Amino acid sequence: MITNKAMGLIFANMHGSSVGNMTAQRTMASLPFAGRYRLIDFCLSSFVCGGVREVGVIVKENYHSLMNHLGSGKEWDLSRKIAGLKIYPPFVGSLSGLVYHGKIAALYNVLPYIKNSGSNHIILADCDHVCNFDSAELVNEHIDAEADVTFLCYEQRNKNESGLNSVSILRDEDGRVVDIDFNRPPKENYFISTNIIVINRELLIDLVEDAYSHRLIVFERDILQHHMKDLFIHSVVFDGFVRRINSVQSYFTSSMSLLDSDNRNCLFNLNRPIYTKVNDDAPARYGIGSSVKNSLVADGCIIEGKIENCLLFRGVKVLSGSVLKNCIIMQDTVIEEGANLSYVIADKEVMIGKDRFLMGYESYPLYIQKSSVV
Amino acid sequence: MKETIAMLLAGGQGSRLYALTKNIAKPAVPYGGKYRIIDFPLSNCINSGIDTVGVLTQYQPLELNAYIGDGRPWDLDRLDGGVHVLPPYQKSEGSDWYIGTANAIFQNFVFIEKFSPKYVLILSGDHIYKMNYSKMIDLLKKTDASVVISVLEVPKEEASRFGIMNTDKNDVIIEFEEKPEFPKSNLASMGIYLFRWDVLKKYLEYDNKNPDSSNDFGKDVIPALLNSGEKLVAYRFEGYWKDVGTIDSLWEANMDLINPNEPFDIWSNDWRIYSRNPCKPPQYISSGAVIENSIATAGSSIEGNVDFSVIFDGVKIHKNAIVRDSIIMPGTVIEEDAVVQYSIIAEDVLIKKGAKIGERPENMDDIDSWGVSVVASGLTIGEGAFVRPKAMVYDSVGDRE
Repeated sequence: MITNKAMGLIFANMHGSSVGNMTAQRTMASLPFAGRYRLIDFCLSSFVCGGVREVGVIVKENYHSLMNHLGSGKEWDLSRKIAGLKIYPPFVGSLSGLVYHGKIAALYNVLPYIKNSGSNHIILADCDHVCNFDSAELVNEHIDAEADVTFLCYEQRNKNESGLNSVSILRDEDGRVVDIDFNRPPKENYFISTNIIVINRELLIDLVEDAYSHRLIVFERDILQHHMKDLFIHSVVFDGFVRRINSVQSYFTSSMSLLDSDNRNCLFNLNRPIYTKVNDDAPARYGIGSSVKNSLVADGCIIEGKIENCLLFRGVKVLSGSVLKNCIIMQDTVIEEGANLSYVIADKEVMIGKDRFLMGYESYPLYIQKSSVV
Repeated sequence: MKETIAMLLAGGQGSRLYALTKNIAKPAVPYGGKYRIIDFPLSNCINSGIDTVGVLTQYQPLELNAYIGDGRPWDLDRLDGGVHVLPPYQKSEGSDWYIGTANAIFQNFVFIEKFSPKYVLILSGDHIYKMNYSKMIDLLKKTDASVVISVLEVPKEEASRFGIMNTDKNDVIIEFEEKPEFPKSNLASMGIYLFRWDVLKKYLEYDNKNPDSSNDFGKDVIPALLNSGEKLVAYRFEGYWKDVGTIDSLWEANMDLINPNEPFDIWSNDWRIYSRNPCKPPQYISSGAVIENSIATAGSSIEGNVDFSVIFDGVKIHKNAIVRDSIIMPGTVIEEDAVVQYSIIAEDVLIKKGAKIGERPENMDDIDSWGVSVVASGLTIGEGAFVRPKAMVYDSVGDRE
């Protein structure tokens, strides 16, 4: 347990632009995932299960649905008298009149909060990686190694890993980081950063104040990469289920990888449950003539049609005669009779009319925006 | 100060649910894939605008108390009011278990007085139904009655099983007959009473002083009110209402959810039934699985064959297992090739490979020995074991038994 050892700081909007229209009206953190969760639930739950009791969420834009989702933080056990969850919208300074740009400015924005904290360390997290990690173990490793900074990283799996905003690191045999590569495809033997980093609080304050005064913008490049030689940067390899979401395509494949039970059991580890906002949907109902194969179905769904290799979020209605293959259908969407969908990602509250035929491809799933009527 | 508070009688054993209520009170018995029986009166209260509920527990209350907790799932965690669990307690003048339904309320006068209510609604935690109690309150005000009793029209042939209210043309109750041989009406009492608090207080005090009384609302208090000339009015309820006090009725009530002809809809948003959610990932249905005419809940994993069944959260049904016409409660695991039919399997049961539980009525030679099989919580049914229809299993069954 690390009650006073670490606080969490989550950047809700980072990487939002990489998934295009999926974040047109929401933060990256509130991107629905796995049938009933939002991306932020994974790192929030990892924090809370490791004993972190103080979490700040830095939001920049489109954050209404995120604030709605988080509420007081009660569902993650963070509605506390002491510490707890705090949401930090941008503090628009009267001098500039502009919302800040970049992670360093974002951190500078919440520096008073960071200075006030009683924790010794901070776990910084973006919301572009889905994984369930042991935050207590990570922080303890950081403390045992007496490091200044510790990256949580994982081995490359996919040869075509995109370079955009990617942070990859080269480690020596002790795990010490000897090179940080930024914004290009990871080189051979490099590990990919989950963008979850532990850093000593006082050190972060100094680094941010220094960088901000020099008008520097990008945290990984202008602070970490820049100071690599004079900081002890350590790394820990995460070998559990981890997926990176940096495109509509990777959102699709990451979601579909949950149809594998090993992946699911790893992510939804019973010892470190993933918490989320509670809803009161009735159980899923499977009607006469329905057929469901290799799919994940959330509560509140009513299925009368045929679905295969699909992921249905809460309250989705698949009316009879419709056929869905390889689709991700978000909350409350209705698929009317006779519709035929393949490789489609439908956002919330979409209405797919009778007999509509929609087909994307594995390499290019078709994304339908929230509340659309087809 | 509250206009109306509700007192929910949840202390009974539900002895006719046998193995299912060995360790938990009847209102805590799981229902419908993700609910417990008590979710219905609690949700009805909050949806009707009643935000203060006393829940009177007595028999095996631990699970029920933990389930109710701070009342948040039903929005009953309030600074003023909210849900309060009321077990029997020691007083300076001595202590008593709750002797009867009326006595339970009598012992909690102090609790009720705290809110100085005008009206007190007496509910039980035994029934599945959706009701807007504010309509009873409106009726009481309109007719200036002392008590409003909710009644349901039952088929004439069944009337002798119930407490029957005989009313005049204005629905004022003139007579109450408990299980009459020759019923004069078909209005059955639902056990839901809305009292004016001053009237309730007066008659409970009388009743408590009466050594011959069994301290029961239906048997003692209501007749006393009638005999004293108090005005009792019947509120006619229309809609689905099911007493789940027996194995058969609990099984039927669950099956009614899947039955397309039975209009009990828990999916509609206009009268949500709240419950304490287990917060599990969505259910997984494998490529080899077949699931039809059933309902299933988050956290379950279905690889076998499921038909006309109610599957609760966290249930795992392995390949080639068959589950038909059954209710599988949370956390139960059904291994390969096991066959479960016409059964209620309680929580956290392990049914091993090839075990056979229950039987279809059409396959029975002697239909009278057919019934729903029940397996109590936490047990293991061994590989290849067999559980008869209508069996009530309290202890684990070994392999091939």
